[in-house]
Amino acid sequence: MTDSRVLVLAGGLSPERDVSIRSGRRVAEALRDNGVEVEVRDVDDSLLASLRIDPPSCVVPLLHGAAGEDGALRDVLDALGVVYVGSSADGCRAAFDKPSSSARLRDKGITVPRSVALPHAAFRELGAAAVLEAFVGSLGLPLVVKPSKGGSALGVTVVRDASELPTAMVGAFAYGDTVMLEEYIDGTEIAVCVIDDGTEVTALPAVEICPDGPFYDYQSRYTAGSTEFFVPARLDAAVVAQAQRIAIAAHTELGLRDLSRADLIVDGHGRVVLLEMCVAPGMTETSLFPQAVVAAGRDLGEVVATLVEVARSRARS
Amino acid sequence: MTGSTSDPTAVTHGDRLDHWVSSYATRARSMTASEIRSLFAVASRPEVVSLAGGMPFVQALQADDFADMVAALIRDRGAVALQYGSGQGDVRLREQISSEIMTPVGIAAHPDDVVVTTGSQMALDLVVRVFCDPGDVVLVEAPSYVGALGVFRAYECDIVHVAMDDEGLNPVALEEAIARVLASGRRPKLIYTIPSFHNPAGVTQGAQRRSEVLSVAKKHGILLLEDDPYGLLGFDGPYVDGSAPRAIRADDADGVVYLGSFSKTIASGLRVGWAVAPHGVREKLVLAAESAVLCPSNFSQLTVSQYLATQPWTEQIKIFRELYRERRDALIDSLAALMPEGTQWTVPQGGFYSWVTLPEGLDSRAMLPRAVAALVAYVPGTGFFVDGSGTNYLRLSYCYPEPERIREGVRRLAGVIEGELELLNTFGRTPNASNTKGSDDLVQTPPTNLL
Repeated sequence: MTDSRVLVLAGGLSPERDVSIRSGRRVAEALRDNGVEVEVRDVDDSLLASLRIDPPSCVVPLLHGAAGEDGALRDVLDALGVVYVGSSADGCRAAFDKPSSSARLRDKGITVPRSVALPHAAFRELGAAAVLEAFVGSLGLPLVVKPSKGGSALGVTVVRDASELPTAMVGAFAYGDTVMLEEYIDGTEIAVCVIDDGTEVTALPAVEICPDGPFYDYQSRYTAGSTEFFVPARLDAAVVAQAQRIAIAAHTELGLRDLSRADLIVDGHGRVVLLEMCVAPGMTETSLFPQAVVAAGRDLGEVVATLVEVARSRARS
Repeated sequence: MTGSTSDPTAVTHGDRLDHWVSSYATRARSMTASEIRSLFAVASRPEVVSLAGGMPFVQALQADDFADMVAALIRDRGAVALQYGSGQGDVRLREQISSEIMTPVGIAAHPDDVVVTTGSQMALDLVVRVFCDPGDVVLVEAPSYVGALGVFRAYECDIVHVAMDDEGLNPVALEEAIARVLASGRRPKLIYTIPSFHNPAGVTQGAQRRSEVLSVAKKHGILLLEDDPYGLLGFDGPYVDGSAPRAIRADDADGVVYLGSFSKTIASGLRVGWAVAPHGVREKLVLAAESAVLCPSNFSQLTVSQYLATQPWTEQIKIFRELYRERRDALIDSLAALMPEGTQWTVPQGGFYSWVTLPEGLDSRAMLPRAVAALVAYVPGTGFFVDGSGTNYLRLSYCYPEPERIREGVRRLAGVIEGELELLNTFGRTPNASNTKGSDDLVQTPPTNLL
């Protein structure tokens, strides 16, 4: 029998486990502050039995990395008839694989960086040196090397000299089987979070990200004080509006639900470039989504509680 | 469904999400989140074979007997156990440490020379606190214990690594390092060494080597800091019969501060260790301890004391030794059977660790995410150096996983190394570069599950 309890899933086996646990703790507290009964648990081999025996009214998956964002867990939740907040398995798959997501959005007229993605085998067969030389020629330097899947900038390197490429490639392949080389866009980094309450898709105020280091890496993301945020971003209103339109368009085009985050760069000419879409935005003390929620004059617990209601309504209908 | 945008007209302001960011001490600047630390959060999951952590296998203790003993302690002496105690530590426990625990390592010390601390980590902290000003030179082995490096870093010491060989700290290299420091117009304050079953190198100084190291220290008048948490846990070679290596402190009461611990011989959760120090040093350590924590936990001290008085602790140490020998064998046999060509490792005669040298060009730190994805964890070699070296080393611990899990962990690790070799073959290596973004994030704040 289903009760009113909301189950927050956090942890998992991904390299972002620690981030996920902190996100889960924060969201659980925010929900409790809004009078919601919440349980937090990790994902392990006892989860499914637990969901069958004692199903919650709704699951809030706050897992990052493969298990949380590649759609697999949500397929399982669907199979069990468990209601959850967030994008469907198909939506997750569409966003999680960065090369295919990027190509799909480019086809729809959204500006994304030029990029290529290759598995290790391709580099081995074709000769890494020649392949990399070709890509440096086509993408220019600096360029960004990153795993084709995953978040928190894990395995990401900004390569400014071709001699740094081998190390960057090995570092990115440590996090996955396929690596993306992407045109580096110099500009102002912003994030636009999207809330989709079932009747309206709303873009929250843009968060401008100014890390102390050379780019918004893992350390900059999760060390309080090492990045300065401006909310709303210090950009022309028209540029911000454009970024918000892009975030909503990408959210819609990829078939995402409930919430998402668009990571964008505004270059020196005011051109807004979409870097990637995230279906499981971080909710830690230093994460972008909670900042955007507050800037919009809302409360994180109220927003998540609303999305829980949206998910429950979706199930009822 | 319609699209709309929020009004972005609110007051623009910058926020670092930490109001005290401009107030932190300089030494706190390197206390940051790190990718490598995040991976150790995954290593705690049961699916992962963790060959990373130096956690003693406390499940081997007789839990029921321990529970009865603690219950009796609270019932009979609760008013003392739950009260503040002496800054120097419980008198009875200091007597037991002097008369029983240090006898096997050859130390004859008066109980007044013993300072009980919250683990030997606190003793280490106190010694550095009373001896080292910022910039003072500390000589340490290469590699050295990550927790010690963290303390030296915290007190802003200038850490100088000294080469080791199969017998631990190399006295010739030590002499040369001292000469270089002296030539720069400075004098080293401390020589820090783990002579028995070294963490992480797994090697042990023989009697002759200890004598040579001590001679160098005495010649230059440099205090020797001897860290000996594993001395009673020998199980092979000269220590197969349970004998313990003779401590350096046994041969010089005035030139050596000795650090001991019950973390490995009883239980790490009790957090009880001690220092044996010359009279003047001891006085300062007590004052520093009182300043830091008032007194170590009376409850933990009395628990240890009661354990030593009422439980068959020497028999328990035999059980630990045999258990760790079996696990060491599982590790070494698996490494021999499975590791790719070009991989080498030390074969410890006691303690918890083997130090692995990877085939040339591999970077153990860059490889760690791949290892964790393959459900095996280790500690990258860079964590045991402060100078950015150690990239092609890693530390494996065999103390906690059971032998079958150790074999499975090594099997997974071998696959990871082979995969990394393939990547290296494909991409080559960047000269004088690695993915390490500085070697100090583990050193600065090592996660407790890898100490």
